[in-house]
Amino acid sequence: MVGMDLTLCAAAEGLRKKAFSSVELTQSVLAAIREKDGALNAYLSVDGEGALKQAAAADAARAAGRDGDLLGIPVAVKDLINVAGQPCTCASKILTGYVAPYDATVSARLREAGAVFAGRTNMDEFAMGSSTEGSAFKVTRNPHDLTRVPGGSSGGSAAAVAGGEAIAALGTDTGGSIRQPAAFCGCVGLKPSYGRVSRYGVTAYASSLDQVGPMTRTVEDAAVLLQALAGGDPHDGTTLDVPVPDYRAALRGGIKGMRIGLPREYYIDGTDPDVMACVRRTVDACAAAGAEIVEVSLPHTEYAIAVYYIVATAEASANLARFDGVRYGHRTEKPESVFDLYARSRAEGFGTEVKRRIILGTYVLSSGYYDAYYGCAQKVRTLIRNDFTEAFKRCDVMFTPVAPTAAYRIGEACNDPLKMYLGDVFTVPANLAGICGLSVPCGRTADGLPVGLQILGPAFGECAVLRAGQAVEGEVRT
Amino acid sequence: MSQKIDVAYVAELARLSLTPEENNTFQQQLETIVRYVEKIGELNLDGVEPTMHGQPVVNVFREDAVVPSVGRECFLANAPERNGDEIRLPKIVEDA
Repeated sequence: MVGMDLTLCAAAEGLRKKAFSSVELTQSVLAAIREKDGALNAYLSVDGEGALKQAAAADAARAAGRDGDLLGIPVAVKDLINVAGQPCTCASKILTGYVAPYDATVSARLREAGAVFAGRTNMDEFAMGSSTEGSAFKVTRNPHDLTRVPGGSSGGSAAAVAGGEAIAALGTDTGGSIRQPAAFCGCVGLKPSYGRVSRYGVTAYASSLDQVGPMTRTVEDAAVLLQALAGGDPHDGTTLDVPVPDYRAALRGGIKGMRIGLPREYYIDGTDPDVMACVRRTVDACAAAGAEIVEVSLPHTEYAIAVYYIVATAEASANLARFDGVRYGHRTEKPESVFDLYARSRAEGFGTEVKRRIILGTYVLSSGYYDAYYGCAQKVRTLIRNDFTEAFKRCDVMFTPVAPTAAYRIGEACNDPLKMYLGDVFTVPANLAGICGLSVPCGRTADGLPVGLQILGPAFGECAVLRAGQAVEGEVRT
Repeated sequence: MSQKIDVAYVAELARLSLTPEENNTFQQQLETIVRYVEKIGELNLDGVEPTMHGQPVVNVFREDAVVPSVGRECFLANAPERNGDEIRLPKIVEDA
């Protein structure tokens, strides 16, 4: 058996040196899932047979002389990214039994690189939520404290990586859904810039905000995974055909001489003091290591949540119109009319949070309200973008908390949707502005819960955030 | 703005049937959320251009070429009901 505390890079090294085969590595991952997932509930489905076949193929390719950072590496995939032949339920009853007919571009790229698809991770239904309690199937638990949430919506991916059930995973981030669960579970999560990674084959939630990204044990692992994911895609017209730099090489830059911006509006009362103390300590350590600390301002931050919940729900209401019981997914019994077919199939298939957001999104787009809500929100979005453009003239990256608190208890935030929405305050601005953000562990609370530092970079500034993240990882470890 | 939301009407637009309980709960929750998001109305937005996407890209074209596609069986396999190579649906047009 191979130890499951391996980083992706260490696993790749082990495969290269023939310390173990991909089949052995994959068997170890499958054994870890069998042993631990009864408690964690990180996975919705596991494809052991398929994974072992892919692993054997990777071993054969390696024996024939092929090499690669992901060749033979098992990965876990959030259950809204299509992997041909595997289930893709989006943690929704409406897609129970759905089997992906084709690979998402990110899946095709990982497959091409020789990765092994071990299983599908739990999430808030259709990625709508911040705790993974919104899954229609199971409640994932935080590996650091089983009474607490793993964060969300990519909570299954975060729990699997942090809990030793996966070496690396894919998540998606529309308003913080990679970064916040990474922070809650104590792993690394990167939301790439809008347009950096293809969303083809990824179930759309809010199309102007969604991005796919890596969730890993280390910053270096995130760089390696992003290398395989990034790049233009003819199937996704929102990707930019900007050259993909060598992300791993960027890690070597060091923190010395980097200008770290502290946005005043993110250092406010209301954030848990333990969280703030961890962030401050990290900032001080980076200053001591030669970084320049600059105070910056993002004056429209207080409007970000309002803009997000207008834009995201409006786009969701349109995107989820495709679930109508006609071509795939749940269909109601004996519909009396077309309207009845749609309305009851959707009512039976969707969970509460999804319904709430569809109703809100439909309302803000409805006749007479469009300009006041969606139209205005898009203009405020411009102001939020401009804030970042201005601030990044004075710094290379920004350091902020990922979330105002560490992981909360299961059930604690369920009954007040607005309260849960407000927990996304530090993460949604990056999605609205299209910039990139990394969540990297930076300490623990008095209760021993992980705290995440968010490192924001300008659009297509992944090299800078990874470089800073690598330095932070070093400072926190020492 | 800030008026009573007609949840039943919006649900009809969304093709979503709600139970009376859901209707009541959403009524209260959505009014709270809408009151909150209306804070964007405080801002002077004269002359501000809207942002529709994370990056300013427009008019992305590709070659209009025929490429191989996934077989129809893959898609039909996910149909709720099928009839040979077709998706079966309840009758929706009344007899003339």
